[in-house]
Amino acid sequence: MNASRAQAGPELAGLLVLEHVSAVYGPYRALFDVSFTVPAGSAVALVGSNGAGKSTVARVVSGLVKASGGRVLFAGRDITRWPAWRVARAGLSHAPEGRSVFATLSVEENLVLTFRQAVGRRGVADALERAYQAFPRLQERHKQLAGTLSGGEQRMLSLAKVLAVPQKLLVVDELSLGLAPVVVDEVFGALQAIRANGTALLVVEQHMDRVLALADRVVVLSKGRVVYTGSPEGAAALATTLVPPAGDDGTSRGGPGADAGDAGELGSSGLGEVSSPSV
Amino acid sequence: MSQLVTYALPGIPYGCVFALMAVGLVLTYKASGVFNLAFGAQAYLSAMVFYVAVHAGWPKWAAFVVAVVVLGPLVGLVLDRLLFRFTRTAPPLVRLVPALGLLIAIPSITQMIFGIEPKLGPPAVFLNPNMIYFRFAGFPVDGNEIATTVATVVVVGGLALLFRSSGLGLRMRAVVESPRMTELAGIDADRVGAFAWILSSFFAGLAGVLLAPLYAQLSASNFTDLLVAAIAAAAIGGFSSLSLTLAGGIGLGLAQEILSGYLPSGTILSSGLRPALPFIVLAVLLVVVPRFRLGGEVSDPLAACDPPAPSLDPPPRIAVVSRGARIFAIAVAGALVGSALSWVSGNWLFTITQGLVFAVIFLSITLLTGMSGQISLCQATFAGVGAFAAGQLASHFGMSVLGGMVIGGLLASAVGILVAYPARRLGGIALGLVTLAFALLMDNVIFPYSWAGNGASGLVVPRPRLGPISFGGGGAFFWLALFVLGVAGGAVWLIRSGTTGQELAAMRGSEVAAATIGIDVRRLRVVAFALSAAIAGVGGALYGSLQQTVSPNDFAYELSLVFVVVVATVGVRTVSGAIEAGLAFTVLQQIITSLPTRYGSLLAVVFGLAALSYVRHPEGVVAYGKRVVLDMAEKLVVALERGGSSHGSATGSGRDDGTATGTMEPDLAVGP
Amino acid sequence: MSVIEPATVQAPTLLEARGISKHFGGIVALTEISLGVSQGEAMALVGPNGAGKTTLFNCLLGLLRPDTGSVLFRGERIDRLPTFRRGRLGIGRTFQRLELFTGMTPRQHMLVTERVHRGDGRLWKDLLGMGRPRPEERAKVAEVLDLVGLADVADVPVEALSLGHGRLVELGRALSGEPCVLMLDEPSSGLDDAETRLLVDVLNRVRSERGTAIVLVEHDLAMVAKVVDRLVVLDLGRLIADGPVEQTLAEPAVRSAYLGLS
Repeated sequence: MNASRAQAGPELAGLLVLEHVSAVYGPYRALFDVSFTVPAGSAVALVGSNGAGKSTVARVVSGLVKASGGRVLFAGRDITRWPAWRVARAGLSHAPEGRSVFATLSVEENLVLTFRQAVGRRGVADALERAYQAFPRLQERHKQLAGTLSGGEQRMLSLAKVLAVPQKLLVVDELSLGLAPVVVDEVFGALQAIRANGTALLVVEQHMDRVLALADRVVVLSKGRVVYTGSPEGAAALATTLVPPAGDDGTSRGGPGADAGDAGELGSSGLGEVSSPSV
Repeated sequence: MSQLVTYALPGIPYGCVFALMAVGLVLTYKASGVFNLAFGAQAYLSAMVFYVAVHAGWPKWAAFVVAVVVLGPLVGLVLDRLLFRFTRTAPPLVRLVPALGLLIAIPSITQMIFGIEPKLGPPAVFLNPNMIYFRFAGFPVDGNEIATTVATVVVVGGLALLFRSSGLGLRMRAVVESPRMTELAGIDADRVGAFAWILSSFFAGLAGVLLAPLYAQLSASNFTDLLVAAIAAAAIGGFSSLSLTLAGGIGLGLAQEILSGYLPSGTILSSGLRPALPFIVLAVLLVVVPRFRLGGEVSDPLAACDPPAPSLDPPPRIAVVSRGARIFAIAVAGALVGSALSWVSGNWLFTITQGLVFAVIFLSITLLTGMSGQISLCQATFAGVGAFAAGQLASHFGMSVLGGMVIGGLLASAVGILVAYPARRLGGIALGLVTLAFALLMDNVIFPYSWAGNGASGLVVPRPRLGPISFGGGGAFFWLALFVLGVAGGAVWLIRSGTTGQELAAMRGSEVAAATIGIDVRRLRVVAFALSAAIAGVGGALYGSLQQTVSPNDFAYELSLVFVVVVATVGVRTVSGAIEAGLAFTVLQQIITSLPTRYGSLLAVVFGLAALSYVRHPEGVVAYGKRVVLDMAEKLVVALERGGSSHGSATGSGRDDGTATGTMEPDLAVGP
Repeated sequence: MSVIEPATVQAPTLLEARGISKHFGGIVALTEISLGVSQGEAMALVGPNGAGKTTLFNCLLGLLRPDTGSVLFRGERIDRLPTFRRGRLGIGRTFQRLELFTGMTPRQHMLVTERVHRGDGRLWKDLLGMGRPRPEERAKVAEVLDLVGLADVADVPVEALSLGHGRLVELGRALSGEPCVLMLDEPSSGLDDAETRLLVDVLNRVRSERGTAIVLVEHDLAMVAKVVDRLVVLDLGRLIADGPVEQTLAEPAVRSAYLGLS
């Protein structure tokens, strides 16, 4: 984990830096001592099984959930205590998991709301054009209430909101969830394109194959802890050991009644060793 | 035709004021999702300050600036900052209870500050209210009509301009649906919300000051009626369209005056129907027009960012602690019964008995609101039906009140079905508004009749007899009340742990999913109302028999609001919560009657302000307090055990395995 | 010769859509969809986003009223039946956007479904104290919880569960009603690989042991292929293909509309 800093030098230490972040999320979900870096212009994939805390990391980064410990730095500034809107204005956009459109607003109103804040009144028309270019389907339905769109179309709309206005960092959570294969291709294509424009990416995914092709660095979470940071190849190799066979997954998930010691062991023993030599 | 216009013209000021209030209501509803029932109270506050300032010799413009331009928005800002900012993502009941609390508390606080003596002849802001300034096509137009029209046009025009030029309207709608998602777009949702509250509270203040001179005296009840009309106007606008809301408000004002012009004067129908008209309109709109249903509110997709709500089931405790708690509860209950019967004065015995009776009525709220999540604002009306039925049966047929209690319960249950059946498709706050409309209608139109509540003179409900046993004495009646409470509480407890309770809980969770697994949600809603109304009816009859005389005043619609506030504050989810609420309600009332009359409404203030805690502790303050105490006891036990044996650990002492609860320490909880 | 072939005779059609169309405003969601699922059959409904898959589910369940066409169950029209009656007929479903009973635990979800399915709950029984879950009900629920792999979190309020666990709760809830048709709307989305494998196992077991018909809306074609033998493709509200999985995927119209291959 220290390797990344040594490699990049102090001022390029990273666009987004998480230092020993922990988060309490009701009594049940939590992050423990999560540290990783997203360098400017890079693409980092955050993977891990269900309930590993991936979405919590995304929410802590964008200010939706407050970290209970540690620091989050964005473009050199400490944003740990910032409200979400301030983080967004600083150039970090977050497409959350699940339905993330305003169901009671029309498709176009959804877009205008975001664009007006991001690029001002003058830039709205251009941004709309770019969004519709990326997803022509949305133009066909621009007057429809977003709530009446199908699940997949809603995902497109939430992506259009963040894709059409270039930002410094884009955090996307469970991007491909509920999208038809042809659209998933489109979306990953769009991600490649905005990355080429200089936007860094933090991609939260559960299914590794596609995201490993996109990312140049992978962070693996398990039970709220970072268990691996490094190259996609290393993560792919790790994946086979990480995912337990279907039969005994009950023991590996560990219910809320499970001891803290359980998770600690998992973090420090088997997988901890894998993470140290990487990067 | 000319007659119609003559009747309609005095309706213009009312219409404009309704419209102003309604626009404010829609604004906050859109920006914070709160249906602010306290707007009437805020209008009253501004009108009162204006009145007092003018009477103190201030120039009218200065009084207006202080009361409307400064105080109105300030109250809005404070409410937003301290309260409603935190309820945006909460379920409908959590957003309603604090507003109800304010509705009850603000007028009482106002009266405590400015005195309870009548405030006669409220001044007009500008123009002489009764002077005829000009004639419009032959009809005289007075100062009130001009003043309200001009004020409304200016303010609403300004608002429309603001919305169009700044995109504020769009932001407000976005914030209502999901403040978090709005923040992700870089918009400060708190600021948008605060602005809406400031703006709409200004509207409320303005409406209050404009409305006051239309009445001979400044009284809080006129402003509650104002609120009622504003809600109806907002419903006409579908709770979203400002222009339709405006038109609806003005239309209602005109219709009200025209109606009272044509109805024969001096009858219950004409005096009762006029204030009830807006709510009849509201109820019909909500029930008949599907678009107006607020039940299917869009949920916030980012609601998962919140920690989960505290579980209904109390967390499993260390065995020693739970045993201790049980013993303590039994001891308290025993001490209460013993002291009520032995050493307390007759006055206090009456108070405690009254508390038990209210506990019965409050159980109806536990069942309906706590268990099935349905909001009803007419529980006092159901109680009234039971009481009046028992009284009528006793006086006309000589029936024992015990029999009257049963029949009263059944009749109230029938009335409950009557309300719930047309509203069976409604949920959330829409259902609450329909029940409020019903309460108002019963209060104004039905209860005054001699065959119902018999108006101001009321009815006699004797103390019951059972064979040789008379329940006339205070001690005997105490046992009767305790018995009825035991039966009702046991029934609610059994229902909760049985099939019906499970189904009600499922309906509370998701109506769509409940239907999918085969639960007839609409029937279940009617069943819940029938059961709840029956309990309230029995409680009402018992109350009547305790008091020995009852009149419609005992079951006024405001009381339903107070009931919901009291139960929600103390604990709406459990049977014990209802009992604690009943006792707290009457004991506090008894204490307050010993204070000077100026503080007569202190009870309303106490519960009104306590209701604000509902936002943070929807399980109730008492339930929360118990949890805190037991948590501390548990920690103490653990510490003692650790001290006692070096290998001692808490895990061995009886915490059920695998049941994670809200009290678990975060770092022990490795998430699923 | 009139030899009856018991097994190979077409199994009776359980749930059938006949000529269903549905519009939302000016948007066509479904056009003349006719489709049936027979006992023991497993079928997947796939198609690009906005093809009308969820809308079709909602029409079949009675959550939406189709503009034209009818819905049949075991050959009888059920268009006029409300959702809860269709549920009692044995049509179980899960939701793409979770519809959980907030405030309840997974175990309570299963218990209430089990009770409603038995249909022997009465208010008077509750009042006599006979309404509490019985041992055999608890045992059955524990079985379902084990089956869907939720035993560990059975007593945690559902608000505290992850999306994936929420989907499993919905699956378990639907299974508790012992449906004869199980309709699953994107059941694997939000599940990790292990959970997806578990899901496949559960569906195959339910189908072989109980003869439950399964209708899946799903994008994960690899998962689909392990569960179903029939694939139905919708595009823009029209049924463009219906047949065995391999064969359907090979059709040019499907390849261009769905997979983006030319």
